[in-house]
Amino acid sequence: MNFPVLSVIVFTPLVAAVLILLIPADRKNEVRTTALVAAVFALALSVWVYAQYAINAYTGYQFIEKMTWLSVGNLHIDYHVGVDGMSAPLVLLTGIVMFTGVLISWGKDDPHGPTGIQDRPREFFAFLFLLAGGVFGVFVSLDLFLLFFFYEIAVFPMYLLIAIWGWVKTREYAAMKLTLYLFIGSVVALIGALAMYWTAGQATGVYTFDMLKISEAQQAGAFNGLVNFFGAQVPFQVVWFLPVFLGFAVLGGIWPFHNWSPDGHVAAPTAVSMFHAGVLMKLGAFAALRVGIMLLPDGAKYWAWLIMLFATVAVVYGAYIAFVQTDMKYMIGFSSVSHMGLVMFGLSTLNKDGLTGAGLQMFSHGVMTALFFAVTGMIYDRAHTRQIPELGGMIKPLPWAGVGFIIGGLVSMGMPFFSGFVAEFPIFMGVWQVMPIAAIIASISIVITAAYIMNNIRRVFFGEVPANLEGHISPITALDKVAIATLCLLMVALGLFPWLMAPMIQSGVNSILTLLGGA
Amino acid sequence: MYTPTMLLAILPEILLLTLGVILLVVEPFWKAENRRNAGWLTFGGLLAVLFISLLLARPADSQTVFGGMLRYDWYGFFFKMMFLFAAAATSLFMMDHEKLGRRGESYLLLLASTLGMCLMASSADLVMLYLAIETTSIPLYVLSGFMLDDKASTEAGFKYLLYGAVTSAILLYGFSLLFGFTGTTNLDTLGNALAAGPNMSGLVFGVILLLLVGLGFKISAVPFHFWAPDVYQGAPTPVAGFLSTASKAAGFAVLLRLFFAAFPGYASWTSVLAVVATLTMTIGNLLALPQTNLKRLLAYSSIAHAGYALIGVVAFSELGRASVVFYLLAYIATNLLAFGAVMAFSRVTGTDDIKDFSGLSRRSPWLGLAMLAAFLSLAGMPPFGGFVGKVIVFAAAVDKGLYALAIIGILNSIIAVYYYLNVLKFVYLYRMEGENEETHPIPLTRPYAIALVVLALGVVLLGTLFGPWFNWSNLAALNLF
Repeated sequence: MNFPVLSVIVFTPLVAAVLILLIPADRKNEVRTTALVAAVFALALSVWVYAQYAINAYTGYQFIEKMTWLSVGNLHIDYHVGVDGMSAPLVLLTGIVMFTGVLISWGKDDPHGPTGIQDRPREFFAFLFLLAGGVFGVFVSLDLFLLFFFYEIAVFPMYLLIAIWGWVKTREYAAMKLTLYLFIGSVVALIGALAMYWTAGQATGVYTFDMLKISEAQQAGAFNGLVNFFGAQVPFQVVWFLPVFLGFAVLGGIWPFHNWSPDGHVAAPTAVSMFHAGVLMKLGAFAALRVGIMLLPDGAKYWAWLIMLFATVAVVYGAYIAFVQTDMKYMIGFSSVSHMGLVMFGLSTLNKDGLTGAGLQMFSHGVMTALFFAVTGMIYDRAHTRQIPELGGMIKPLPWAGVGFIIGGLVSMGMPFFSGFVAEFPIFMGVWQVMPIAAIIASISIVITAAYIMNNIRRVFFGEVPANLEGHISPITALDKVAIATLCLLMVALGLFPWLMAPMIQSGVNSILTLLGGA
Repeated sequence: MYTPTMLLAILPEILLLTLGVILLVVEPFWKAENRRNAGWLTFGGLLAVLFISLLLARPADSQTVFGGMLRYDWYGFFFKMMFLFAAAATSLFMMDHEKLGRRGESYLLLLASTLGMCLMASSADLVMLYLAIETTSIPLYVLSGFMLDDKASTEAGFKYLLYGAVTSAILLYGFSLLFGFTGTTNLDTLGNALAAGPNMSGLVFGVILLLLVGLGFKISAVPFHFWAPDVYQGAPTPVAGFLSTASKAAGFAVLLRLFFAAFPGYASWTSVLAVVATLTMTIGNLLALPQTNLKRLLAYSSIAHAGYALIGVVAFSELGRASVVFYLLAYIATNLLAFGAVMAFSRVTGTDDIKDFSGLSRRSPWLGLAMLAAFLSLAGMPPFGGFVGKVIVFAAAVDKGLYALAIIGILNSIIAVYYYLNVLKFVYLYRMEGENEETHPIPLTRPYAIALVVLALGVVLLGTLFGPWFNWSNLAALNLF
């Protein structure tokens, strides 16, 4: 058996969380160092997985590990992990966000007010790493039970992280709202998953939560039957696709279930916002793809129009609401709704261009929002306000942050030579093939996005520094600079060299297209 | 006719009785300041009983002993081990309780009640069953009202006694009707006799309702739950913890065996139970929402958990039964952990109002983590036992097409998440008045530390390496009769 690299990636943050808890509470720097070491280790391994992933080989899953977890009677649960072209970039993304998140949270006890996390960093990093372990776990799970197991692990630390270390004004409300939304979504999807489990088992005689087996059963026609739905006979996939897809897509911020997301972003501490917008929302979109579209492809075809409708609304509405915000975090939060809408937009096309674009957009948006939130956090820690009208001239005291934000802004607007263009262009191409009118409507968002991003850059980073902030803005730390540089370089690299990622995602898309029946 | 198997079948009971006698003889000779050691004796003794039974008294195959009075099988054995474990944890919790800790008789009552539960789990005869239930209940009545100088405690004891007496009389009436219909009190022949006899659906349905009153009281199912919050709040907390875990599990042990043995052909009881389960979950969770006292909140939450476990019973399948057994196992560990953490806190602070838990994680990070594990497990979050228990129960329901029940269960677990997280908000987020938590630490005495660590590890173990545990639950649930 080969080195179980995926398990090591998943368990590194979980073990680190336990180790961190064992360090005495007052040794804050030891806590941070342990966290950083674990994050670097996980990042290195996820880079390794990304580099070693064989694109041209067999298009299925790689780095597979499989062990029986429970096998009793009709109940069979495996510990089964592996990555395909869709999930390998997301594992890498999680590694990057985890690494930069630790750097950003380090901070220091500044005379003008502490930056980063200074209150109980031990508990903070422990919960953050629990979350990271759950996120890694979902991306590599090939077993439905395992996927739910990690999915829930990724959800509940959010509550604590936001409620304890969040923005005082809204944290309790936002944390509870977020948790309830996500929990409702996941348990609704769980019922759908259980229905799939039993239906596939009855059809094939092999009861298992293994998604590959369930997928085989589906291809053999196990889900083609009818179910009784309030007296009407309705195809199985048509009934169960929506609960499963939407249940997960809640976490992907799909309109009209996006409401928790901007509130959560705003209330969360910087590193958690980065995680939340950077990877957690991808978790929802990814699980919706993996469990919804891949296991119930006929249901996906039946409901694609509805998903596209939701996504179109999300794209335009999110951008518009972002445009009228005066709080930087709310602005980025709603821009996330808009950009995640593009991911859903791509998924709803069910064709090669759209799905590839969705995969790229997940990565690109993850890096971009992580950067946005990191910069916003740095400004807020120093200026103690995120209100755009109260800020100005920030590029002078914080040049790194300013340049970072501008690069992020260019990505967000979909400028060529940045990752946003590489991602959004195929999405619109894909949608054009299916429903040109939706592409035209959604393209309005590009204009609005450009407007609010430019506006924000002008008012926050240029002009005069307000008198009350003059001299109060301390420079950012070296660690912050490392984080900004890492994220910026990634976006530029992906924009200049799309071949770094596009072929890998296409290899994942190909197997999805097979499930959807050619096309 | 005597066989060695008969002794093995009741080995845990014999050992429990021996332990009780030793305690009774030794304890009066100890000086007053050493009386707390009775707790260590009980704890060590219970562990010894547990391990000796595990080594020697594992059943080979299901058989009846003592003329059909008891059944010697995995089902009974598995439950006995659960009760012994719960009693051991409870004896640790009792040690540093102001009123219970230094009184030999409180430990003796605990042992007597545990003995009754062990018999409940293995009874195969209505007469034996009734005696076992009373053996369990009477010591618990006394324990609930143990603090004679405390009004709430005496009220709790009296209330529990009154409710218990009435419901057990109704249960007995049901038993007598069953005997009247079939001429037998033996569970094995009862089912066949009912099936072979004339069709008496209406009458049998009535009997089922009578039995449900008695057992519904034990498992605190709605509408027989009224006693639970008052008794849990008033009774000494270790006793409340024991009531809400072992006593409830014993009720379920009887419920499963009795209903699956006696009425396999009368499917009507599953629909009655479906209604009871729905009401129990919903009312338990809704009433837990406005609670300001943590013990009352836990009481309502434990009502709700009885409802979730009932879903597995309603599924009426092998998987359903196994899921109930596993659910109870996870629930016992989790709820004991929750009650233990509350006890450790209120022993120092003298209060168990939710608002007084503010700043707990700063006063004692480890106790805060124990609360976190307990409440997240109750809420059904991984990697804790509660998650696996809930998923398997729902899986059993969906297997049998009980989508409505599964969805009701899910809606309820969402309500529950709200109030469990609310408690954690006090523990982790809010500050004590004056924000000087460092000067108000919460020291844990050794018994609490041992119990909380073992229980917390157990809850995580049940949620991660659940394979063997579910295997044993399944083995237990395979043959009930």
